[in-house]
Amino acid sequence: MKKKSQVNPAMVFNTTPEAPQKKKFCRFKKNGIKYIDYKDANFLLKFVNDQGKVLPRRLTGTSLKYQRKVTQAIKRARHIAILPFEGDSLK
Amino acid sequence: MATKNLSSNAESVVLKDYESVIIFTPVLSEDQLKDAVSKYRNLITENGGELVHEENWGLTKLAYPIQKKTTGFYHLFEFKANPEFISKFELAFRRDERIMRFLTVALDKHALVYNTRKRNGEFNQGKKEQKQEGAK
Repeated sequence: MKKKSQVNPAMVFNTTPEAPQKKKFCRFKKNGIKYIDYKDANFLLKFVNDQGKVLPRRLTGTSLKYQRKVTQAIKRARHIAILPFEGDSLK
Repeated sequence: MATKNLSSNAESVVLKDYESVIIFTPVLSEDQLKDAVSKYRNLITENGGELVHEENWGLTKLAYPIQKKTTGFYHLFEFKANPEFISKFELAFRRDERIMRFLTVALDKHALVYNTRKRNGEFNQGKKEQKQEGAK
């Protein structure tokens, strides 16, 4: 029903906030994740695009509270060379 | 918050939780690495700290070159220490040529729960990821 509709940016831009076609949700709230580990590169890769840039909330559906934590974790991971600052085809 | 702790607890020592990731240069031999690690282990305990956990990730590939090296020895310390000790600890890192990069992070209560659960192997990393994947 909602398969891969979330990742299509074109659909996001076209839909008005009043009439969302697929329900987005914050994965941290839903799964009860309180802490985002900056040492877990595989997990953080879900929140960056293939150049290594942080994905916006409107694409990932993350709530503001956890988006702040995600960016913090990504920046820490970059500092200790777990994630690249820049790169091609990470995925 | 940290400054409040510092000033109000000048006498009674309140230990806070920290975590340090250190990247050593790959040119070290195994003995040299052990030496370097034990130096910092001692530094924590000698300054009234308390080592909670220690992890050696071994020789790991870096995401980008640091000092023209593409690999490094990662080492993780989780410890309790007096907040005033951290600047001293990091100064020692900066002076040490064997260390290419370090990161010290104060742990909040959620991080502590996460770390103890991870140590007890409550979630092997794959399980957590599969859960995420399913949610997506």
